[in-house]
This record gives sequence, structure tokens and C-alpha cells, in this order.
Amino acid sequence: MKPGTTSSIKRMIRPEAFATPFCPGCGHGILMGAILRAIDELGWSMQEMLFVSGIGCGGWIPSPHYAADTLHVTHGRPIAFATGAKLYNPRLKVVVIGGDGDIASIGGNHLIHGARRNINLTVICANNGIYGMTGGQVTPTTPQGGRTVTTPDGNQERPFDLSQLLVAAGASYVARYSVYHVRQLVRAIKAALEHPGFSFVEALTSCPVQYGRRNDLGTPVAMLEYYREACVTIARARTMTQEQLRDKIIIGEFVS
Amino acid sequence: MTSGGWQTVPSVLKPGRHFMQGDEACAEGAIAAGCGFFAGYPITPATEIMEHMARRLPSLPGRVFAQMEDELASIGAAIGASWAGARAMTATSGPGFSLMLENLGYAIMTETPLVIVDIQRAGPSTGQATRPSQGDVMQARWGAGGDYEIIALAPWSVQEMYSETVHAFNLAERFRVPVILLGDEGIGHLREKLVVEGETKVYTRLKAPGAAPFGEREVPPMPSFGEGEQLLVTGSTHDARGYRRTSERAAQAELVERLAGKIAAHRQEIVRTELSLADEEELDVLLIAFGFSARSAYRAAQELRHEGQRAGLLRLCTLWPFAEEAVRAVAPRAQHVLVPEMNRGQVLREVQRLVPEARGYHRTDGEVITPDEIVSAVKAWCV
Repeated sequence: MKPGTTSSIKRMIRPEAFATPFCPGCGHGILMGAILRAIDELGWSMQEMLFVSGIGCGGWIPSPHYAADTLHVTHGRPIAFATGAKLYNPRLKVVVIGGDGDIASIGGNHLIHGARRNINLTVICANNGIYGMTGGQVTPTTPQGGRTVTTPDGNQERPFDLSQLLVAAGASYVARYSVYHVRQLVRAIKAALEHPGFSFVEALTSCPVQYGRRNDLGTPVAMLEYYREACVTIARARTMTQEQLRDKIIIGEFVS
Repeated sequence: MTSGGWQTVPSVLKPGRHFMQGDEACAEGAIAAGCGFFAGYPITPATEIMEHMARRLPSLPGRVFAQMEDELASIGAAIGASWAGARAMTATSGPGFSLMLENLGYAIMTETPLVIVDIQRAGPSTGQATRPSQGDVMQARWGAGGDYEIIALAPWSVQEMYSETVHAFNLAERFRVPVILLGDEGIGHLREKLVVEGETKVYTRLKAPGAAPFGEREVPPMPSFGEGEQLLVTGSTHDARGYRRTSERAAQAELVERLAGKIAAHRQEIVRTELSLADEEELDVLLIAFGFSARSAYRAAQELRHEGQRAGLLRLCTLWPFAEEAVRAVAPRAQHVLVPEMNRGQVLREVQRLVPEARGYHRTDGEVITPDEIVSAVKAWCV
């Protein structure tokens, strides 16, 4: 079986964990597959992996789906738990997976300190700009103007640019792609996993149920089309003016 | 095949007499008990534990020290390390302990062996960082959300800061629970003699490859990450294999009852008290005390006896579960029961559940209770 294919990664998922709890059209399923494809293409064994996740939809990507050791912890704290496990047993390949609420809001302090500490962890942030599980509240990455149940007239606060935050905090690998850019996303996750320090992958993922339908983005397909239109590569962004970049999202490897 | 259980290991610190601070003795006790991972965050009056660990742990093979960004991360890292196979510990004081409480609940729910040291200081909040208090008795008992039983120990000497830390690790590993060592600034910063034995008795968590890690037995065996068990560890309600069962009534009730039951069913083994000076069958006064206050109470009882009163001390070595059996057995022998403690009566209320006429003597000004004060309080009441 060719590594990274759907038929090959199926054995990396616990059969009893199906069906997934994700809503129809959720981008997390694509990310869930992309992470497994990356591990499979690297030829790594799930037996040597530890997946740590917190609370929220993103935390359910590995737990209970992945057929590996999983540690599903308190809201915002997976990087702290992962740090302890990795420091005590450096042979474990430790990956933290969580949403923007978990990783960047309640867990923001652990995120920047993890980056500063630069121990060998990979953090994958499933950034959908919304608290999905609790019903669609604003997060620190909700776009300005975005309508949520707690910002019915539009979000007045500015969002974090998570990748740039991580660059500033000292992460030694930083990349951002969306679930529309699956091949690039898999490549970035592979690079992050192989990187011998704190690596961060920001995966933009769509939440049509809690975010899309409140923001005229409509169907799951429409949300993926939005990523296709809004995302520009680092190289292309260099040729664009600030005005042209205003509603764009820059994707690529920021530190590698 | 099941492995683990009791074994005797050579002590790390040189056997014999030492002169040491309480916080340092706690750190040495942890080292003797095989503590392989310590994470902490600076806080008075517990900082010396972390500083001592920072000096000592990295020189011992396979042991890890980490200073984390806050107390939330400190206990989180310790739980992560415990599941990676370490005997793990963190240490703090009241304000930091408050921050740890959510993850204390996580450790209870996931049956993670862990030692949490709280060197109590005067609060609430920042309060008086360098002053003693015993105000966290109920925070230790009920601080985390949900319904649970907890084990908390109250050392009264530098010797016990060492030996009770060893004991805390053994209880944690034996019952797969977080154990709280509830010290106070008085004991933490006290310097006195410590005698170290040549060997230390330690309990190692049970392992049984393939067995259910969260049920089927009262205290299930505990695999570690990296052993190929495909562990599912979650703070959500789960079944014996770790699968989330977040809307099944039976799963919730079964888990909560087993987690509380494994402590409740072993009260005889866990709860320890020490009765001193109470030589007579009938006593004029029984003092019930713990931690630093028990030192003053012991001295006060001696003075009262010198003056002809039949006085005794019931010391609570284990604070939680509460020593109901001992209080019920001894209190009826005494005309008066007095509970001196550096708070507004947290243990007193537990005693009054059993002995309604018991009285307290409280001090909340950040100073320890002296023997003279207790003697005066007894005389004012009893004579």
C-alpha cells in the first residue's frame, strides 16, 4: 500500500472510534487525515507517538480516533502536559493538537512559553476562528467583523496572527496552510514532525455550522472556496501592496 | 502478569543525622521515594523545595527538573510525566494551589499518581507570603470541582517533611491518586534534626500489560506511554478502556463511586493519628491538632500535666480522609476537647460533627499559636 493514501492510513485509526463526532462539512476531518498521511509518509510507527489534546472539537481529532497513546487533558493545557511527558521520556514523539480557543486563548501562555523553551514538540492548531463545541462564540482568531453568538453585531477586536505570534515567540518551525491546501499541509506537518525543536503548524479549518452560516459563507464547499480565494503564498504576498493584502491570508513556511 | 508493589531501595541521602530545613527535607524525601520528575513555579514559602530539586535532580540518572511558566503548567507537566512513567511531584503555596485545582480534579479523574505539596501561608489571596497559616485545609478537601475523596497528610516536623513525603508517594502509587502534603510555613522554614535510615520502602505502581487501565479492579494497573498500549487518557467520564462516555448515567455513577470508594474502603490503611500523653483513662482535656500547631499543643499538654491536669494530644497525621474513628474513640474519654489551629476553625467543624461541644482556639494574624496561649485557653475554659 502506498504510504499516505486513504487505504494506508485507515489502520492508524481505531475502528471503534467511527463515526467521528464532527459536523457535516467540518474541516477537522481533512486535518485529521492530513496528520496521519504525514506520519505514514515518514514511515513512523503510531506505537512511538503520543498525541496530547485539550478541550474543544480540535481536541477530538486524536482522541479517541488515533490508534496511539492519547492524552486528552484540561482546557488549554495540552502543551504543559506534553512538555512533562516529553521531558521525562524523550523517545516519545509528541504531537499536540488543539483548536484556536484551546491553544491560543485559554492556553496562550503555554503556547508562547513552549515556543520559547524550544523542546522537541509539534503543535498543530486547528484554527477555525470559533468555539465550535460550545455553540459558536468569538475566539482570539475570529476575523474582525465576524458574526458569532457573542458578537452578534460583528467582532470589534483584532484577531491574533497566530503564525506571526509564534515567529516572535521563537518557534523554530512555523507554517500555515488551510485544509483546502491539503498537499502543502501534509508537507508542512511532515517538516514539523521531523524538525528537532518546537514546531508549529497553523491549519486553517472550516466550521460551516458555527461560523460559516452566520457569515454568509454558506456551504462547506463555499468555505473551502473562500480559503482558495483568500490565501496567498509568501512569495506572491511580497509582490502585493498592503491594500491588496488587506483581506488576504498569507500561507507558507514562515520559519523552517 | 502483574508487576510492581513494595520494594526496599537504598536511601539517596547519606544515612545518619542531618540538620535541615523542612522544605529541603521534603525535597530529599521525594528523592528518596524515587521522584523522577519535579515541575514547579516560584512561590513563598515553598520555593526552597523547587530550588533544592533544581540542584539535586539533574545529577541523578533519569530524573528531570523543570521550572514551568505558572502553576497550571507545573501540575500539568507533572501529570504528563506521571503517565510517561515518572513518580512526579509539584510544590506550591495557597495561591498557586488554587491554580492547580482544576488539574487536581483531572488527576483524580484519570487516576494519576502525583504528589502535590502545599506549604500554607496566610491568605486569602496573596495575603502574607512569609507568614504561616493552616487555611487551606478545606481547599485541599473540596477545592477541585465535582465529588471525590482525597488524601492529605500534615507533617509536624522536619523529620516528617522527609518521611511523610515518602509516604505521600507510596499512597499515590498504591491507590493511583494525587496525594496532598499539607505543610505550613512554620514547618517548611523550620530547621532541625533529620535522621535518614539506610533504606527506604517504596511502592511501585502495578503494571499488567493488556489489562483495562480504568476499571475492572478497584485500583487498576497503570501502563505508561510508549509501552504499546494505545492508551486513551481523558478527564471526561470514561469506561474501563478510556473511551469517553459523556452521556451514560451508569458510566458516570460507576466511575465516581469507584474513584471515591477506593479511598473510602481503605480508610484503616490510610488514616493515621498519634495519641500522646493521654495516660489516664479519663482526661480533663484533649487537644486535637495537626502540623505546626500540634507542636505547640504537645508542649501545652506537657505543661498542663505538669500543673496536675490530665491532658493529652490527638495528632492528626492524616488530615483527609478525616480521622473519624480516632476522634470518636478518644474524645469521649475527655471532659473538654480543644482544637487549636491557624485558621478560623476548619478542622474544628469536622471535630464538632462528632463532638458538638468541642471548642477551637484560632489565630489568623500570621503568627504561630504558642504553647502558652493554648495553656491559657484551656485554663480559661476548664478551670
